Amino acid sequence: MKWIDFEKPKSVDEAVKLLSGSSGNARAMAGGTDLIVQLRVGDPRVNADIVVDIKSVPELNELSYSPDKGLTIGAAVECYKIYNNENVKKHYPAILDSATLIGGTQIQGRATFGGNLCNAAPSGDAIPNLIAHRAVATIAGPNGTRTIPVEEVCTGPRQTSIGSDELLVSINLPSNGQDFGANYIRFTPRNEMDIAVAGAGVSVTVADGKFTSGRVCLASVAPTPLFVKEAGDTLVGKPVGEEAIQGAADLAKEAAKPISDMRGTAEYRKHLCEVLTRRALNTAVERAQGS
Amino acid sequence: MPGKTYVQTTINGEQVDFLCEPRQSLLECLRDVIGLTGTKEGCNDGNCGACTVNMDGRVVTACLVLGVEAEGANIETIEGVADGSNLHPLQLAFLENAALQCGICTPGFIVSSKALLEQNPDPTEHEIRFWLANNLCRCTGYDKIVRAVQDAAKRLQEA
Repeated sequence: MKWIDFEKPKSVDEAVKLLSGSSGNARAMAGGTDLIVQLRVGDPRVNADIVVDIKSVPELNELSYSPDKGLTIGAAVECYKIYNNENVKKHYPAILDSATLIGGTQIQGRATFGGNLCNAAPSGDAIPNLIAHRAVATIAGPNGTRTIPVEEVCTGPRQTSIGSDELLVSINLPSNGQDFGANYIRFTPRNEMDIAVAGAGVSVTVADGKFTSGRVCLASVAPTPLFVKEAGDTLVGKPVGEEAIQGAADLAKEAAKPISDMRGTAEYRKHLCEVLTRRALNTAVERAQGS
Repeated sequence: MPGKTYVQTTINGEQVDFLCEPRQSLLECLRDVIGLTGTKEGCNDGNCGACTVNMDGRVVTACLVLGVEAEGANIETIEGVADGSNLHPLQLAFLENAALQCGICTPGFIVSSKALLEQNPDPTEHEIRFWLANNLCRCTGYDKIVRAVQDAAKRLQEA
């Protein structure tokens, strides 16, 4: 690995100063499960001279819930803390679908949702689920703090709308009512420790036997996690059942723009989008109906 | 000229101070700086689990931790598993169930399994296989490893 300097700021301000004072060659690091490998292999997309370890910043370690503020996941909160958290289990059970799926035990001890989002891999297992949950990212920079929907963070493979002088502080998921259900599933040849050939994160709300909202986001079938607004919107007002779900799954398949690579052909991935969206929606409906 | 960083840490219950470059992984520091070569290097990118150590109560792959991150941490490696010359029940179970052939993956499997049994003293086969999914073995086919962990769980419960 080439030479790096290491900094460990204790506050958001200090971290932002390090990132913004570095002329673009500093990278924030939480668990390092992507960044350390990228630095080791000399990935040209990650040209960092300074690694800023953000795990000592209090705001980035927040994991809190309240009915009016929803769930706040600090950017440095590891997966195992997310899936062991009682509020997450009770109020956001579908978030466990991603937190237990990323890597294996050792990776889950270090890897974070914040890192998954900032690494911006099209296959990131947390991102479609966050988008399905209408999550919002809080980003601190030299000119203050801004918030954007998670679907506006990833702009390309390993590229985000978070500036090199900015820091992801936390991800906030709004509260949901009893009528809400969500699910993230992916297709992989292995059960664990694999990268999604395709994935689908969905959420629905249902009332009186009809869909009142829907969101669908796909993994690994576009340069970024792909939010398919029309697939969720088509559900609204329709009776909960096979027909509406099939309609959404067909729109998801249509929207997918996959490439062919060693993990699967484009045609196969498009097919998977239909199957995964349908299955995830069925599970989300079951969860929304409390069964 | 860049210099080395002074790191103070606890390894297997003893205070250990060492000097390292920020780019060195904890794995490199353990093996090449401190001389604890029980922790093995396999893939060096977090997939194989051969370098698994326990850091502040969680198992991690030492190749994906920077040595400088060990500042103030409490680390347990394979060298800290046995009690002097008395092997840990997991080590005995691995030997007696022939849960290793070449042995390169074994330190990682034992450190991982120990953490599992500490939080779940009676795991199912399914739970063992999922917990150990981040540890690869190319010799045994895993069956004997799973049986060894089940055997160790029984020994620890009877102890």
